[in-house]
Amino acid sequence: MELSQLPDDLRAEIKRIIDDEVEKKTRGFSDALDQLRLQVEKSGGAGEQEDRATLVVFSGEMDTLFAACTIASGAAAMGMNVSMFFTFWGLNAIRVGRSFKGKTITEKMVACMMPGGPKSVPTSRMNMAGMGPRFFKYLMKKRNVEELPNLVELIQELGVRMVACETSMMVMGVKREELIEGIDYGGVATYLEDAAKSKITLFI
Amino acid sequence: MADQELDCKAISCPMPIVRVAKAVKSMTPGQTLEVQATDPSFQADIEAWARRTGNELVSFTTQDDVHSALIQIKG
Repeated sequence: MELSQLPDDLRAEIKRIIDDEVEKKTRGFSDALDQLRLQVEKSGGAGEQEDRATLVVFSGEMDTLFAACTIASGAAAMGMNVSMFFTFWGLNAIRVGRSFKGKTITEKMVACMMPGGPKSVPTSRMNMAGMGPRFFKYLMKKRNVEELPNLVELIQELGVRMVACETSMMVMGVKREELIEGIDYGGVATYLEDAAKSKITLFI
Repeated sequence: MADQELDCKAISCPMPIVRVAKAVKSMTPGQTLEVQATDPSFQADIEAWARRTGNELVSFTTQDDVHSALIQIKG
């Protein structure tokens, strides 16, 4: 017998039973989908990702800083948003000088031991008491490779977000006046917020 | 003749593409930019840059160690 030949009330009852069963089975799907969506949002999934590159600049040597600044300026040239977090030795890349005013004895000692800025950073290898950097600067000049201080200026011009780590500044006795102007200051959460939504994250 | 010309000869990575990016900022869709460079990585870099930014690398030639790239700005 065809379904259409059944009496109306029987058809209605059959339809109700089927609808109930479908609703019961698929109610779980909708909840599961909501849970999944919530998890994805919480873990900063694809929807929250930005076209951003975030770099932690921890090292303070000429060669490593050069790599960091090249990548940052390259990423900016490619249209990405870029964030750089300068911490510990990386602070030397954004120094404009040394000051001793208002510092404790140990802070003054640390200030003496630090390079005064990107012009005077050592190389990570073959430093040879300062001969290494001089030699590499000569080689770079010969090939018209941009100098580190110019590269640091350039990345600021390109709108790279530059953040100085306040804790390492405190530990090393670095004052805000010793760093370049126009930068942000922050802590680990400041870094993590940008890093969590970046496509590229690097620790240099 | 391109709308703008950029001389990046005798300068090294990352400067050529940084300068290209700067020049393009003030240009409008449809305009063309001719860039000359001697950096060995220029070809790979400018191709990658064009793909990323959606601009078109119309032509790329090399003569006497000087690379010439013609870029057309898209929307």
